[in-house]
Amino acid sequence: MNKVIVPGRRGFLNGTAKLSAVAIAMLAGRETLAASHAGAPMDSKDVDILNVALGLEWEGINAYTLGAKSGLLEKPVLDVAVRFQTDHKEHADTLAGAIRKMGGKPVEPKSLNDYAKALKADTLKTQADVLNLAARLELGATNAYLGVIPAFKAPALAQVAARLAADEVMHWTILNNALGRPLPAGGMPFGA
Amino acid sequence: MLANKQLLPWACAVLLAAQASFCFGADAARGRQLYESRCIGCHSIEDNRAGPAHKGVFGRKAGLAKGFDYSPAVKSSRIIWNERTLDRWLSNPEATIPGNKMGFAVPDPKDRADIIEYLRTAK
Repeated sequence: MNKVIVPGRRGFLNGTAKLSAVAIAMLAGRETLAASHAGAPMDSKDVDILNVALGLEWEGINAYTLGAKSGLLEKPVLDVAVRFQTDHKEHADTLAGAIRKMGGKPVEPKSLNDYAKALKADTLKTQADVLNLAARLELGATNAYLGVIPAFKAPALAQVAARLAADEVMHWTILNNALGRPLPAGGMPFGA
Repeated sequence: MLANKQLLPWACAVLLAAQASFCFGADAARGRQLYESRCIGCHSIEDNRAGPAHKGVFGRKAGLAKGFDYSPAVKSSRIIWNERTLDRWLSNPEATIPGNKMGFAVPDPKDRADIIEYLRTAK
């Protein structure tokens, strides 16, 4: 495996500070979202899409738990994984809050064992295996969020999906770099 | 009378509606790449995730992946997955089975044909 390149502790802390700004913006976005739906009839299709997205976030959260519990991640990679998991928890909170405010019922997470089976956690033998899995899930989530944008009836939800996709791209880029892989060729590599 | 050359595009268009893979020469290898890029966020071949597992989907009635919690709309549909129904579904899931949970479409016919060809191999 190529040398793992991850942000240094200082850079990582700087990143956390940036996340706080993003977090505040996300919360603000959720309020906008709630306001835009206040008194409006629930669009069940939008809620269904949000619930599928929430399912992806639960999977991401549990994937990082599996990675952290595997004992395969060394510091500072482990710290980055935990930080990314925190982002996914925030995404899940945002989505669940939006679903509730639209009158829907947020989907519950499955058991860690269910995620371990579905993600074939027993095949993870090295740190690179864990990072590969995480990168694959982040890319999948990116493309899923980008792919559902046209399906939302509410433009505010489409914007939330775009912002979540941007977070996933940030994660994927760091993981891709840590795996020593080149940037994708050409412009607009995501969502296609 | 129209010459063969003039008839060909019309014939192809008719066949496209029925079976996109015929006209495009569907490519399962490219379909796999597209699946790994676009579908893998929610699906896998072997296991249920946010979406159902795709192993054996070709020729199967909709809503029968073991252990997956389908929407009532998909469970009660009578669709059998084949080239034509998968093409319709991937083109516009909501129009194909109103009330389903999937909000993701594949607008390009060639992409759909290749993904469907890959799914055909997922036995």
